[in-house]
Amino acid sequence: MNSIFAKRRARLLAMKAIRDNQTIPGEKTVTCPHCQQVSDRKIVAQGLSVCPKCGYHFPIGAYYRLSTILDPGTFRELNEKYPAGDPLHFPDYRKKLESAQRKTCLTEAAVTATGTIGGVKCVVGVLDSRFLMGSMSAAVGEKITLAIEFAAKNKLPLILFAASGGARMQEGILSLMQMAKTSAALARFSEKGLLYISVLTDPTTGGVTASFASLGDIILAEPGALIGFAGPRVIQQTIGQTLPEGFQRAEFQMAHGFVDAVVPRVRMRETLSQLLRLHEKGGRQ
Amino acid sequence: MSAQLTAAERVAIARNPQRPNIMDYIGALFTDFFECKGDRLCGEDGAIVGGVALYHGRPVTVIGTRKGRTAEENLKCNFGMPSPEGYRKALRLMRQAEKFRRPIITFIDTSGAYPGLEAEERGQGEAIARNLFEMSRLTVPVIAIVTGEGNSGGALALGVANRVLMLENAVYAILSPEGFASILWKDASRSAEACEMMQLTAPDLLRLGVIDDIIPEPEGGAHTAPVVALRQVDRCLHRHLAELSKESGASLAAGRYQKFRQMGAAAPDKEEQ
Ligand SMILES: [Zn+2]
Repeated sequence: MNSIFAKRRARLLAMKAIRDNQTIPGEKTVTCPHCQQVSDRKIVAQGLSVCPKCGYHFPIGAYYRLSTILDPGTFRELNEKYPAGDPLHFPDYRKKLESAQRKTCLTEAAVTATGTIGGVKCVVGVLDSRFLMGSMSAAVGEKITLAIEFAAKNKLPLILFAASGGARMQEGILSLMQMAKTSAALARFSEKGLLYISVLTDPTTGGVTASFASLGDIILAEPGALIGFAGPRVIQQTIGQTLPEGFQRAEFQMAHGFVDAVVPRVRMRETLSQLLRLHEKGGRQ
Repeated sequence: MSAQLTAAERVAIARNPQRPNIMDYIGALFTDFFECKGDRLCGEDGAIVGGVALYHGRPVTVIGTRKGRTAEENLKCNFGMPSPEGYRKALRLMRQAEKFRRPIITFIDTSGAYPGLEAEERGQGEAIARNLFEMSRLTVPVIAIVTGEGNSGGALALGVANRVLMLENAVYAILSPEGFASILWKDASRSAEACEMMQLTAPDLLRLGVIDDIIPEPEGGAHTAPVVALRQVDRCLHRHLAELSKESGASLAAGRYQKFRQMGAAAPDKEEQ
């Protein structure tokens, strides 16, 4: 019985992952926005949506991301039906949400799940930058908080993949408050002696950077990911000069002490697996 | 209380340079203020002032963002836009308050965290995140007062409090109305329109459950009769601190957690279901 369900779950995630993967524009070929070179779509897809010419990491959908790191057949979504909201009744926002939902087949910018990585059970949350820039709405904050609380309750390690343009403007102050909510939930989680790995992907900015993304016991980043609080355009306007090459990129953040390791997508699964194993027995015996 | 003002009018009052600032509050509400400087890591940030003082004879930790009135003052405090050093100094003082069991009172008036090159290099995002994380589990009373404009994570980094109070004409928002308009409509000149949509006034925020009390201002704003305004702040602060002082440390931490836990977690609008 169990194996039938496991197969079904594996198929379900695979289907959603394939759908995610079709959102990179292009028919049979893909043009890399970084090196401008054209590659065969199949080769890019086989390489986990990394440009085979220059190593540029294309943005990827949440389900596809999960399919690249979870052991097959172990994916179980948490709070799948948690709805998007419009707490301030902001003009035209409902329409924007619906169009993002149609485009991505997601209900909101965050997907949370349980599964195993290298056999170790964990809770994984992923932000999807295709959904209104992965911005932090009340629903995103709530889903992340529920995932943190689920991990705390079940004493599971937690992995959150950040990808966010920052705040969800249309939810105003309630978007801001999600920073406090998620950070407070992580404080409680941390007090239980549990492991939280934060993975920063392109882009991680604004309120997500200034809350849960920066609070990992271990912080990993994908190569070349833009990571910062203020966006480069705002900084450039403030200081009135062009920014140095590589400013706010993953490698820059590692050099400045804010990232433990820059991990290419192809090595993410084994790196996470190693970290989970290293923390499995725990120091509290 | 003032007659009904538009949100844009309140933003203008909140930004009036003659409005009482952190130094006025420290001078009027506290005695024996001893300023503590530096984050003990690498620097001192004039955009955040902090220290120990007596409030009605009781030791408290006071922390606030600092805006100047003159160009010279503003150079020293970077127009009230803190750098990571400022947030880390604030955190250091909050931990000290925890150690000595002192209540923490924060005053918020900032257009936001400084979006500069060095601030990013030194981890503006990490500094703010760390404050949110640590403030959530403090076991002493924490009261935050939004006195002018409270913008973005730069304001929230001093705002994870048991009670969030707001002056009647203060504003508290995800970012400045100009920034909001330029992100949403690529047109910063539509900021007055943004003000009305953002729900950033004290009555809006009280209704949304983001703040706990509104401190009345004299007709025309706090700057028209500062002595009266300062007395109102004192009265409100005193009442809330007295209430919180009856609670145990565990209950203060739990209460603060619950307060932020429920924000935006309410059932989604039912009329749409
Ligand atoms: Zn390339």
